[in-house]
Amino acid sequence: MDQLRRTFLKSAGVAGSVAVAIAAGLLKSGEALAAAWNTNAFGAKNISDAMSAAGFGGATESKDIDIKAPEIAENGSVVPVEVSCKIAGVTSMAIFVEKNPTPMIASFDFLAGAEPYVSTRIKMGQTSLVRVAVKAGGKTYMASKEVKVTIGGCGG
Amino acid sequence: MAEGMKMRAALQGDVAEVKVLMSHPMETGTRKDAKTDKLVPAHFINQVVATLNGKTVLEAQWGTAISKNPFLGFKVKGAKAGDKIAVNAVDNLGNKFDGEVAVA
Repeated sequence: MDQLRRTFLKSAGVAGSVAVAIAAGLLKSGEALAAAWNTNAFGAKNISDAMSAAGFGGATESKDIDIKAPEIAENGSVVPVEVSCKIAGVTSMAIFVEKNPTPMIASFDFLAGAEPYVSTRIKMGQTSLVRVAVKAGGKTYMASKEVKVTIGGCGG
Repeated sequence: MAEGMKMRAALQGDVAEVKVLMSHPMETGTRKDAKTDKLVPAHFINQVVATLNGKTVLEAQWGTAISKNPFLGFKVKGAKAGDKIAVNAVDNLGNKFDGEVAVA
């Protein structure tokens, strides 16, 4: 049953499949792009599925992850988010918005030289928790911050 | 369509703070065109790779919820003035975008 559901979810994510096909093609041509686009994580409809699919399931709360985002975002289509992390040996980080239709926003892998820091601008459909998960030393950690959204930025 | 990227890399101590602004519609695939009332197909950058002097330092996967004309800031330790920082991005339609800047 669960297998069926998975298959359905996969076939439903048309855009995702296209992306993966392209990513696979790129890998063949020897580009520096490593992992294929994570269709399951980006297609997940709730945050716990998305976090598990992205490899951040069971993350423990940490105060060493600092999320800078506005308390109130007037325009949900452009919400600045800046994340830094004091945990040693961070290898990857992912941003989620709990109440977005697909909560997974982005993931970042830090290789030698990159600081565990990312700044970007994201879309939020409504007031929601912004959650950041990180991986360090084989363990996963997370932190959340609520952003109130006046005008949603998904669809329109 | 998109015309690549604007980049800046400023050195603070031995850390280069890199800022990248890309030009891209970042369509979610759920937005309706106001005139035709049809869904605008998803069109978004989904993979980004940053290198320092040719060595990969950051790999990102993006979904549709990165804002239009994406901004990305990251920090690279051990960079020196004159080092080359390059960013390569690919969208879900296979279009490629490249940018390069010298650390200053």
